[in-house]
Amino acid sequence: MATAVRSRIRTLKIDGRDVSAREDETILELAEENGIFIPTLCRIEGLSLVGACRLCLVEVAGMNKLVPACLTYATEGMEVFTDSERLRNYRRMILELLFSEGNHICAICVSNGKCELQALAQRLGMDHVRFANLQQERLVDMTHERFVVDRNRCILCARCVRVCDEIEWAHTWDIKGRGVDARVITDLDTPWGESDTCTSCGKCVRVCPVGAIVEKGRAVGEMAKRHDFLPHLAKMREAKK
Amino acid sequence: MSKAPSKVTVATVWLDGCSGCHMSLLDMDERLIEIAKAVDIVYSPLVDRKTKDYPEMVDVAIVEGAISSSEDIEKIHMIRAHSRILVALGDCAVAGNVPTMRNPYLVKDIESRAYIENVNVQPQVPDQVVPKLLPFVRPIHEVVPVDVFVQGCPPSADTIYFVLSELVAGRTPDLTQRTRPGA
Ligand code: SF4
Ligand code: SF4
Ligand code: FES
Repeated sequence: MATAVRSRIRTLKIDGRDVSAREDETILELAEENGIFIPTLCRIEGLSLVGACRLCLVEVAGMNKLVPACLTYATEGMEVFTDSERLRNYRRMILELLFSEGNHICAICVSNGKCELQALAQRLGMDHVRFANLQQERLVDMTHERFVVDRNRCILCARCVRVCDEIEWAHTWDIKGRGVDARVITDLDTPWGESDTCTSCGKCVRVCPVGAIVEKGRAVGEMAKRHDFLPHLAKMREAKK
Repeated sequence: MSKAPSKVTVATVWLDGCSGCHMSLLDMDERLIEIAKAVDIVYSPLVDRKTKDYPEMVDVAIVEGAISSSEDIEKIHMIRAHSRILVALGDCAVAGNVPTMRNPYLVKDIESRAYIENVNVQPQVPDQVVPKLLPFVRPIHEVVPVDVFVQGCPPSADTIYFVLSELVAGRTPDLTQRTRPGA
């Protein structure tokens, strides 16, 4: 009697192209492997996936709702569409909502020209924001010796929370509140400079995609960031567990 | 005998901005001469003009700056009514930008800071000539419809040249890959 061998390879279609994926591969990884662009903001290589930004939404044939490509695994016979009028509209709307919830005056931001949100806004053709700004005033914390958190620039991607917890193992950062009231906090919502857990390693600065967590003393457009250290450290952490 | 093609009439307006966008416009240098062949500037803080009134109808209105005062509101409604194409030039016009930094504060606190706390001689909040500040600074499209959005602080001379050339040629400029907020 032949034993059914469970295949670890899935064959599916992305934008009409036949592709094959490993069973543990997400649509996003598969798309990237095949040179297909899907916008992302919260996803970062080396950290867990949270699906916070929803920019990577794609369409799947037979499903009414959109699914986040970063969190959806490839299945046999799946038909994925990464680009459509509907998706372009939603992606642009998400970007506009991010801009309208906070303060994104790029012209006076330390991350001007080096910001993932700004770059995506340009790439996806956001020429203006249709929603009125919420005019929220979020706390800027400058109590840390070397770093600043300007919550008005924060897009709640939770990269800082994850890097601090998963790589530095300090868990200084968290997100408090829901919806438009959500804020990043340090320790129990106490000043960063007084934190008992923060090791001042600066990893949160390097993964923050925007000008929210930055080094002190930077002028407009000076806050370049690199996070190529992440995949390597993530592997070492994995080995240690 | 063929008549010279009629020129595109252009107005430029300066609301709550720093004039940097107008400076960037002048920064087109010798290309201004080429533009001048196709364009007639009929109203602008940059040129002498016979009347101080906005013409009955202009083809293109290029507006720099955000909407900050009662006067800005009146002006932008007037401009919209008398212009075929309204171009929001620069981040203040498109998004509010730097002028919106006052938005977290109350107008009475701002006025008191500017006209009373920091003044030695006759401190008083003006109640004439100086237009009344609105509670919030807003981008133009929140007040009247805008046809073309040109981001940048300021948009580069190349970007402005592209906008004008496209408009003169009767096309709507596609700026998405040419400029961005803060450019
Ligand atoms: S964080 Fe990015 S999008 Fe926001 S103001 Fe700074 S450069 Fe612009
Ligand atoms: S501070 Fe930066 S890294 Fe943290 S959630 Fe906000 S945008 Fe993301
Ligand atoms: S990248 Fe998928 S939800 Fe943010």
